[in-house]
Amino acid sequence: MLSRISQFGARLLRENRAASYLPNSRSSYYRGQFSQHFAPAKNTLFSTTSNHDEDPQDKDKISVTFVNKDGTEQTISIPVGMSILEAAHENDIELEGACEGSLACSTCHVIVMDVKDYNKLEDPTDEENDMLDLAFGLTETSRLGCQVIAKPELDGMRVALPAATRNFAVDGFVPKPH
Amino acid sequence: MGRERLLHHATRRLLLLLPRSRGFSSSAGAAASSREPLHVCVVGSGPAGFYTADKMLKGHEEAQVDIIDRLPTPFGLVRSGVAPDHPETKIVVNQFSRVAANGRCSFYGNVTVGSDVSVSELQKIYDVVVLAYGAESDRSLGIPGEDLRGIHSAREFVWWYNGHPDMCNLAPDLQSTDSAVVLGQGNVALDVARILLRCTSELAATDIADYAFDALRGNTIRKVYLVGRRGPVQAACTAKELREILGLKNVRVCIKEADLVTSTADEEEIRNSRIQRRVYELLSKAATAHKGNISNDQKELHFVFFRRPIRFLPAEDGSTVDVVQLEKTCLKDGVAGKQVAVGTGEFEDLKCGLVLKSIGYKSLPVEGLPFDNYRGVVPNLKGRVLSSESENGTVESGLYVVGWLKRGPTGIVATNLHCAEETVCILLRFL
Repeated sequence: MLSRISQFGARLLRENRAASYLPNSRSSYYRGQFSQHFAPAKNTLFSTTSNHDEDPQDKDKISVTFVNKDGTEQTISIPVGMSILEAAHENDIELEGACEGSLACSTCHVIVMDVKDYNKLEDPTDEENDMLDLAFGLTETSRLGCQVIAKPELDGMRVALPAATRNFAVDGFVPKPH
Repeated sequence: MGRERLLHHATRRLLLLLPRSRGFSSSAGAAASSREPLHVCVVGSGPAGFYTADKMLKGHEEAQVDIIDRLPTPFGLVRSGVAPDHPETKIVVNQFSRVAANGRCSFYGNVTVGSDVSVSELQKIYDVVVLAYGAESDRSLGIPGEDLRGIHSAREFVWWYNGHPDMCNLAPDLQSTDSAVVLGQGNVALDVARILLRCTSELAATDIADYAFDALRGNTIRKVYLVGRRGPVQAACTAKELREILGLKNVRVCIKEADLVTSTADEEEIRNSRIQRRVYELLSKAATAHKGNISNDQKELHFVFFRRPIRFLPAEDGSTVDVVQLEKTCLKDGVAGKQVAVGTGEFEDLKCGLVLKSIGYKSLPVEGLPFDNYRGVVPNLKGRVLSSESENGTVESGLYVVGWLKRGPTGIVATNLHCAEETVCILLRFL
């Protein structure tokens, strides 16, 4: 319960900071950058705990945590409908995307850390599986970041960037059985 | 001569980069940097070179990276190796272009290491030299008739249709035969087979070289054989490429069901490898799907397993290939993952007028550089160049390798990402 309150509080703070960038006379610089991602002010910021059964979180954005190769973490806010690859790039997270989301590479490979979150995702298509075949450090809960689209059920998801392993196979990849 | 002028120009530009002639100004207010600029030369501008430059720039604030290439244009095999009908694989050049646009990065084309400038000269000019020049030669079969006309390496054929300056004049004869044999069943083998079989209307919208497009329009090849020494479980291609070629318009796929029978070792290989399992499933499905669909205006793609080439026989003119003699093979009772094909003494002839050998690339040695002729790589330890491949090899300071020259010629574009990370990590540790 306490962690939920602090989560909500942290969210309020983040959105509060962001609120100063919402379009108004003085912050037009940010208009282009943020306007497509931010919900209208009336929905978000200063609602107190309400009579709703669920958490009155902004249903248009979810929170996702990236765990970097060195173990450090970054939590970002992703609008529903955006891929986590695109969101990572917008937040300067070092997730590669060589083919820019065309399902022609495996460089945006992420590991979904909680299998419950993994199961909430749509099954990968043949095309995604073809690319996952070649992913470095493939695991049972691996997906391509460009194919993981933010939706409300994924709020709080944690994904890890695959760490380079010590044994670098001569032929490049030795994927784990899947 | 133009080349000499180019040489002086190139050498002069490089010599200008001596540390003492470069000012390093710190902006007022910025924290005073006590670090000297780190001058890095990356030899080769393909994925290995560019990922290395990217990691260097990110990993060291004072790194100044010069990428050099013997061609006037960058990007290595992304430009000259990726098939023209795979444009999405080339999107990575956007990222590479951004790296080159970095103020601390420069690209110099038309500079050949080994003739315009030597490795030791580079070592004098730069603090660190990273060799990323890949593999520009081929493994050879070493069998009689290999130099007959009509026999090319897949690398040459790929360079030809991609407009590589070295192969513009290859002029493969695509009009005097209806059968082509491709030796090898990896993704490059599938690429060349697919380009031969694809309707030219589909090639028209790609960036294939004009002269290649014209030659393919008049192409009389109706049957392409993809020949592998081992079985479908060991085929080196991957699912995406296989799926694509099996779905080509107007092409009948021929796979013998008898070839699909698996041994215990095969079963274990399938269990251990997701890639092999999916490839095998695709081949099995294709074997049954195309049975009985015979139409005369279709082209044919034959997957020939358990055959190895023994010799090439010429046509009546004595100089052009006419037949590939194949020996049936079987897999020696072996460990899963290490099954070896051995000859059975049964032979058969395959008539063809074009042979493309797709059995692997090979790196070229450069004067002044240690080279492991057996593995075809520069001897190294995680990217640090060693003076020899023997146990007595010592580390050459300031000299590194990355990419195919380090690991051997396998893997995809993305493999170089991790390879470059390893080399740069090691490099920064030993500065």
